[in-house]
Amino acid sequence: MASPSDRRYSKSHEWAKKDNGQVTVGISQFAVDELTDITYVELPAVGAAVRAGKAFGEIESVKATSELFSPISGKIVAVNEQLADDPGLINNDPWEAGWLIRVQPSNATELDALLDSQAYDAQAGSH
Amino acid sequence: MPTTGTVTTPTGTADGVGLRGGTEPLIFEKSSPGNCAVSLPDSDVPAVEPASAIPADLLADAPPPLPEIGELQLVRHFTRLSHRLFSVDTQFYPLGSCTMKYNPRINEHAAALPGFAGLHPLAPDAMSQGALRLLFELRTWLAEVAGLDEVSLQPCAGAHGEMTGLMVIIACHRSRGQNGRTKVLTPDSSHGTNPASCTLCGRHAVPVKSNARGRVDLDDLRAKVDDETAAMMITNPSTLGLFEDQIAAIAEILHDAGAMLYLDGANMNAIMGLTRPGDFGVDVMHFNTHKTFSTPHGGGGPGAGPIAVRKHLAPFLPAPQVVKKADGTFAWDFDRPQSIGRVRSFNGQFGVLVRAWTYIRALGNSGLRQASETAVLAANYLAARLKDAYDLPYALPCMHEFVLSAVRQKARGVTGMDVAKRLIDYDIHPPTTYFPMIVPEALMIEPTETESLAVLDRFVEVMLRIAAEAESDPDALHAAPTRGYIRRADVVAGDRKPNLRWEAE
Repeated sequence: MASPSDRRYSKSHEWAKKDNGQVTVGISQFAVDELTDITYVELPAVGAAVRAGKAFGEIESVKATSELFSPISGKIVAVNEQLADDPGLINNDPWEAGWLIRVQPSNATELDALLDSQAYDAQAGSH
Repeated sequence: MPTTGTVTTPTGTADGVGLRGGTEPLIFEKSSPGNCAVSLPDSDVPAVEPASAIPADLLADAPPPLPEIGELQLVRHFTRLSHRLFSVDTQFYPLGSCTMKYNPRINEHAAALPGFAGLHPLAPDAMSQGALRLLFELRTWLAEVAGLDEVSLQPCAGAHGEMTGLMVIIACHRSRGQNGRTKVLTPDSSHGTNPASCTLCGRHAVPVKSNARGRVDLDDLRAKVDDETAAMMITNPSTLGLFEDQIAAIAEILHDAGAMLYLDGANMNAIMGLTRPGDFGVDVMHFNTHKTFSTPHGGGGPGAGPIAVRKHLAPFLPAPQVVKKADGTFAWDFDRPQSIGRVRSFNGQFGVLVRAWTYIRALGNSGLRQASETAVLAANYLAARLKDAYDLPYALPCMHEFVLSAVRQKARGVTGMDVAKRLIDYDIHPPTTYFPMIVPEALMIEPTETESLAVLDRFVEVMLRIAAEAESDPDALHAAPTRGYIRRADVVAGDRKPNLRWEAE
């Protein structure tokens, strides 16, 4: 299934979507399919700084624990509090309700260096 | 004469579970007031009111809610539970990386000898000569298998050995005035304990990529090694079951940069008597006695993770060290001024070390070598017979274990986990799944040297049948296991909403 074209993607399977100058970050359907059932997500607090390409948290599934890499640099303005009680939201709806963090970017042009949906699907499919 | 009353149908027979199936109540749920499994003689010590001896704020409001149960009910409860276990003593257990080899009964006999089992760990050296001699001999033999100079028997698990080995490496660097070596390199196929041990030692782990052959990418290694590198932790044979044939070059790259080579000895079972880590450039290694020397895995321990080191690292090993004195007697040597200190109370996991000594003594040089050769042969036999039905990502020959990928089955909607769970229906323990993480839908299979050809052939037959089921009836495999005591567990609920309790509901 094609990934949404309204956002950009990292090679490590995070998506980044611009919303009113802020950037919402989540993980792709491909990542969810690979991880299988997600049991726990560790996210930083609001106000923490994130850097493009650097880890900002961890995601744990019944299969593996993986690091989450930020596709963008900036400051976290919101985290998805619902995930603490219901990490399965990411399984059910990785593109919308299962978002992870919202970032006030320090340099929004970083998004241009990320993959578009077509390029992302091509590389994810090649795995 | 028949009595009246309800006769309950044996639980579980309807779905084929058998007479001993169904849910076993908790021991607390079987409690009945007044029952007791022991009969103690009358106390000849005057009773003391707890409140008169213990401060009020430390006194519990009520006695602990321990179950009250008779001896026979107690024995039945735990015997019934024990019948549900999968174990090496009852089933084939090809759990890759874990080396579930048979634990010979003679090991238990030796460990239970009163002179060992009843010896106080603080008994003076003069009263512990037999035990000290055993430890000294084990120390010497492990050094010989490792091809290294000195061994510490203190660490009480493989991961504990990793931590101790890294502490020894760091202490050695520090003695040379090199405090800036903060990096430890770990291949991307490494055991999760390797980076964890680095973190525990205040170092950070830097992953090194594997190449298409499943070996270390030397270019990536050269790019990452520098004067901040303390060591590389490598598993050889690797977690993919492959011998790292570039190991001498890897050792040279590290040594040229002033770093050391640590061997995770988890897979020593494949190379005993065939090659020695000391001969291929290793500076420090740990043994997992449960994987290599047939000590029990049971219940997460107790374990032992002895480490072997090259001469320049020996002064930093934990103290005390068991030594043989000039007069032929054995003693604890505490006079080791550069030692990192104790890493374990008393003398390590002594009972486990007795079992390892017994295994080595029983097999001897040629027996250890034969154990490794047979383990490698068994794994290659299985891999060769399964490689057409499942994907084999790395070319044979393998060492003592191999990794299959269920990507072909995944395309039919059957995951590696489904295949693993289905094995339970055939009374075989699942292999390790989803590790190493660089292989998609990984099934990591390790038969060990202790299985007969008949058992290996049956495993092949079952695996081929499951591959056929994945083609003909993929949905059925999602429900597996269907014949065991429990069905597919809800792992997410188990993780998020575990039902842990110690009282009747």
